[in-house]
Amino acid sequence: MKYVDEFRDPAKAKAILNEIQSLLTKTAIVKQRPLQIMEFCGGHTHTIFRYGIEKLLPETIEMVHGPGCPVCVLPRGRVDDALSLAERDNVIFTTFGDAMRVPGSQKSLLQAKADGADIRMVYSPLDALNLARKHPDKQVIFFALGFETTMPSTALTILQAEKQAIENFSLFCNHITTAPTIKAILDEPDMILDGFLAPGHVSMVIGKQPFEFIAEHYHKPIVITGFEPLDILQSIWMVVQQISAQRSTVENQYARVAKASGNLPGLQAIQQVYELDASSELRGLGKLDHSGVKIRDDYQQFDAEKKFALTKHAASDPAETCCGDVIKGLMRPWQCHAFGNSCKPETPLGALMVSSEGACAAYYNFGNVNELLARRQKDTVNS
Amino acid sequence: MSSSNDIITLSHGAGGKAMRDLIDDLFVKGFANETLAALEDQARFDLSTICSAGKQLAMTTDSYVVDPLFFPGGDIGKLAVCGTVNDLAVGGAIPLYLSCGMIIEEGLPLETLRQVVLSMKTTADQAGIQIVTGDTKVVHKGAADKLFINTTGIGVIPAGIDIQAQRAKPGDAILINGFIGDHGAAIADARGELSLESNIQSDCQPLNDLIAQMLNTCPDIHCLRDATRGGLATVLNEFAEASQTCMSIDEKRLPVRAAVRGFCEILGLDPLYLANEGKLVAIVPAAAAETLLAIMRQHPAGKDSVCIGEVTQAPQGHMLLKTAFGGERLVDMLVGDQLPRIC
Repeated sequence: MKYVDEFRDPAKAKAILNEIQSLLTKTAIVKQRPLQIMEFCGGHTHTIFRYGIEKLLPETIEMVHGPGCPVCVLPRGRVDDALSLAERDNVIFTTFGDAMRVPGSQKSLLQAKADGADIRMVYSPLDALNLARKHPDKQVIFFALGFETTMPSTALTILQAEKQAIENFSLFCNHITTAPTIKAILDEPDMILDGFLAPGHVSMVIGKQPFEFIAEHYHKPIVITGFEPLDILQSIWMVVQQISAQRSTVENQYARVAKASGNLPGLQAIQQVYELDASSELRGLGKLDHSGVKIRDDYQQFDAEKKFALTKHAASDPAETCCGDVIKGLMRPWQCHAFGNSCKPETPLGALMVSSEGACAAYYNFGNVNELLARRQKDTVNS
Repeated sequence: MSSSNDIITLSHGAGGKAMRDLIDDLFVKGFANETLAALEDQARFDLSTICSAGKQLAMTTDSYVVDPLFFPGGDIGKLAVCGTVNDLAVGGAIPLYLSCGMIIEEGLPLETLRQVVLSMKTTADQAGIQIVTGDTKVVHKGAADKLFINTTGIGVIPAGIDIQAQRAKPGDAILINGFIGDHGAAIADARGELSLESNIQSDCQPLNDLIAQMLNTCPDIHCLRDATRGGLATVLNEFAEASQTCMSIDEKRLPVRAAVRGFCEILGLDPLYLANEGKLVAIVPAAAAETLLAIMRQHPAGKDSVCIGEVTQAPQGHMLLKTAFGGERLVDMLVGDQLPRIC
């Protein structure tokens, strides 16, 4: 398939892997410990597992799977909030597919649908707006999730709803921002990370500048990365090059899509509709300053929380899970005692076990679970 | 007599004259065979004929609730015959008789039902099977979605055939009779929610003749299943678990049409899990693989047959995919439906 197969060429992969290997021999750190490179974005995690990249990499590189999976960092209380909106009379609640199975404190949207709530999976916020047009007697709410990647599309949907005077449409806003999330990880006292793959689609919207503090203040190399397997390998090579040369800058591997200045019309739409919230809660990371956005007062008629006077729920994570430590890269999924025991894809305790972008689900679905569990047991005995 | 504007009403299921007319006009005439035309409460068979055809009697049932009723490459009627015929055939059975139970939502155009019956008859003829008994229920608007069909099938397994999921052995070859994921992609596309332009056709087809020829060539086929809901990955996981072996698949050899690949790329789906309605997966002794492939490729239902991998020892109970990129990953069964990703 054109424009896809070129980025999945095994011969090119081998050539890059050889380059990485030869660079590593000139890299001082790997004589003491493996390099720890975090792919922030869940889309990258998915690619790494889908193409078996972890097993292709030298043992001296460990990929750490970051928090950039929007449903994975959605606090349980927000799922409960979504459920309370979805279960109202006369409401059609619309959502992206990923969010359907994420457990709230009592149930998931999928279970609420089976209980009779009108919950529909859509592929775009504009589909939700079309539903509102088709059902003027119903209130249509869209569950807006995601980092900056999905913000322009939800912002433009609100602008369109305003222009067309569609009054029965609103947005349950849970958008979060990338830079404060990465900063929270970098500020962790136990953090050992040598470099980052930055999310390509987020960068396509916000550009290069928001990542510069990572290179300047924290002295970590960071490479804006595409989503095909060769993109990932090339970016790892670029990060290792920086480490080996003891440099730290923001580089752009995904220049075919992400421009240094970002996407101006997209940014303008975000700016027009949203403003930074003082602080937002991210699952596993807690409350972080400016880590989320809210709908500006000018558009409050489209804000589902205000429209339906939502009373926010608070719900902590189940005690036996270590979602926070896994999200921060402090713990590998299989090292959590719930992994494979009480937390499985069929009975997930945390969202990391639900989404195909979640690190736990990726290890569970694409790895050998029995091997991982045996490894955990061995680690426990040894410690 | 009915006009093309007629619709099914509750009276068509009430047991009276309207129902009798519907059965006579549509089903008896449509399915056209003596056993059904006798209009007894049960179909009756001569046991000695059945016994002479084989050693074991096979029976299976399936219900069909597909939406939309008509889709590129098929319809609910064709599906209801193929699905049950194929479930018999993958056990090595020669399909003989089908029952047909219909649950109809009131308001369904009679013409729609007529088209479905015609399609069932055409497909049954193609598969060499008779629809010999049936039942019709009409339910209130909203109690069913347009039309649901259940078919039960009876067939006979000849002596010397022993197809079982647990018989896969390390060294066996894994064969498939063509492109995967066509049906799943065609149905999702036909629902029209995605506004994609494609010409993907469902692969819905009876497999019994192809399977008969395969068994003629190699009666010692170890495992055979049709990869319907849950796709190829589900069948291979079932084989791996039952036989405690590993199904080792080479992604480069997997037949996926460019249009289906594109469809999956856009939606973030994996063709390994997409439904098929005319694809069989066979685990066969390695020595017989080439001969079998040659026979399969001569059949219209198997012209794109390929060997996609082999059975290995470990990791036991798993499906292992060698990715075209040069990596490896396990492919597990899905928990529920595949869900499109956010971004």
